[in-house]
Amino acid sequence: MKTAEDIGTNRTGIATSPLEAPQVIAGAEQGGSSPGDESALAAARTAYVREAEPIGSVPPPVSLKGAVKTVAQALKGEKASVFIDKLGERLAFERAGVRLYALAMVKAETGPRWDGAPSVADLAGIQRDELEHFGLLQECAKELGADPTAMTPSADVAVNLSKGIPAVLADPRSDLRHCLEGLLVAELSDNAGWEALASLARELKQDRMAEQFERALEQEQDHLRRVKEWLREGVASVATGRNAEKGEQPRAH
Amino acid sequence: MTLDLMREKGIPLDEQGFSWRELVGRPYSKLDVDAFTRVRVILMNGIESEQLRFLHSAARMNAHLRESLAVVRRIEQHQQTLVNWLNPADQSPLETTLGYEQVAIEVTAEIAQKEPDPYLAQVHRFGLLEDFDHLYRYAALYDRLEGGDANNITQCYTDIRPGRPTAIEHRHPLDDLRRPYDRKAADPISKLHAYTLVAGEHQTHDYYMHVGPFFTDPVARQLYAEIASIEEQHVTQYESLIPTDESWLEKWLLHEACEVYNYWSCYGAETHPRIKQIWERLLQQELGQLHYVRALLEDREKRDASEVLPARLPDPIRYETHRKFVRETLQREIDLRASGTEIVPKQKDPPRSREYRERLNRDGSPSETVAAGYVWRPGTELAPRALEASRQQRSLQ
Repeated sequence: MKTAEDIGTNRTGIATSPLEAPQVIAGAEQGGSSPGDESALAAARTAYVREAEPIGSVPPPVSLKGAVKTVAQALKGEKASVFIDKLGERLAFERAGVRLYALAMVKAETGPRWDGAPSVADLAGIQRDELEHFGLLQECAKELGADPTAMTPSADVAVNLSKGIPAVLADPRSDLRHCLEGLLVAELSDNAGWEALASLARELKQDRMAEQFERALEQEQDHLRRVKEWLREGVASVATGRNAEKGEQPRAH
Repeated sequence: MTLDLMREKGIPLDEQGFSWRELVGRPYSKLDVDAFTRVRVILMNGIESEQLRFLHSAARMNAHLRESLAVVRRIEQHQQTLVNWLNPADQSPLETTLGYEQVAIEVTAEIAQKEPDPYLAQVHRFGLLEDFDHLYRYAALYDRLEGGDANNITQCYTDIRPGRPTAIEHRHPLDDLRRPYDRKAADPISKLHAYTLVAGEHQTHDYYMHVGPFFTDPVARQLYAEIASIEEQHVTQYESLIPTDESWLEKWLLHEACEVYNYWSCYGAETHPRIKQIWERLLQQELGQLHYVRALLEDREKRDASEVLPARLPDPIRYETHRKFVRETLQREIDLRASGTEIVPKQKDPPRSREYRERLNRDGSPSETVAAGYVWRPGTELAPRALEASRQQRSLQ
């Protein structure tokens, strides 16, 4: 079975065209360049940055009653909307996380696998945690008078930052190892995100929420540890040719 | 190798259906594919895209052809899907853009060399040097925004260096119009060339207009806006080579012949076994469509299709590097400009085009900004700097 680790006809890289490469290199050298230097790009970008408008705004609370008032008081003049924004970020991330694990489960089912690879049930267990976290964040948002269906600016940024992950996981050509690389990026970011959110909740005297977030963080730490281990085993197995199973044969090259 | 258009009947229209599974097949590998396979996929998507555009225009103007147009158009749309979906999703819009410019360079260079009409050949060479510059500008963007090496897409077949600077390609609309070929006297290959190039340029324009706003970087957004504007100029240029006195059915038949010619060229040149089979299937379908339209023309206009079609197709498009020709053209013709329908020395650059250009560039030129000081190097412009930094660091230890 051919895999992406096999040596093949990769045509990128200058070395794949020994006859034409000297030509294209000499051509570029002889062709010179456009006038000026690279600082022109920074100058153009700076001009746009100076007149840029924000990505968007935090939606107003559905109700000013309840906890959002408490949050506002705790902040003593600071923006309560920061908490809503970051809550929205985590909510969007957890919701997308459920979908990421669903994509990875397809690859766990179809192989190739190795000793120490996650089973579909392993991934489904984490997916369940992500779903619960999404639910928890919906409840928290409502408690604060915020709309859990809204997309906050930080949610938008987070989704844009990680949009390569579902793309790689959904690609029929990526295997379980590639998917774990994607899950690793997601879990690393998720861990840091929960840490920051729990810390912010503490600062805002939202202790009950902070405790719930810290419990979620513990689960995320476990996810991260397991994903790292699965991935380490997966890469080692293909590098050494050991532990191969389900159609993945050791290769000698 | 030749193809007898009158004898080869292809697949009848009613046998040309697809399933979704067939339409959405396996894409090529961005890493392993030969650059010319990518070039062919991009060009054929453009050819199909033009076909669809033309058939819709025809339907708006010809009530008596609406049913025939609807039937053929649906097949064309599905063919385009099959072709365009061969592009892999890990090939970013900017990487695909580099492929688009390689199409514009290598296919136009091939056409310019084979074009028997000296005026048309000059027009093709004029456009070639402009697209050649676009590759250099986009390569700079790819390197400086995403840290990528454009040569991983173009694979040493095509030079990455400045051409006629994009900043001076902007012209008054009246300096983008050219003289059309004579529909009765022109060599059939001249017609196929014009139809092919207008298709390629039109899809390039539409692609840049579509993907440009997906970029967050203002430098990239500006560059796509600028080069899309040039592509619109190029559409104007190549479109004006096609005479308006061809009847709608004559144009339709030539569109079909253009598709046959291009699929046949792709089939002959293709090195990717699975994609070669696709070209063969689509060639057979296009032959079926060509004969359907041929019968329509003969029935409705009481003309012999041989007045429009060559009996045999000219030599196929060669998919190979045209480096030598491009360099020679660059050396000879980089300073040419356009005045009305004529290609002229830069001293005769019309004031209306100079004023138009100055206005557009008065707040800075995106293509100059992105490539300021840029020289392509294997592994990106950072590669030699990084090696130098690493050596310096080691010498300090």
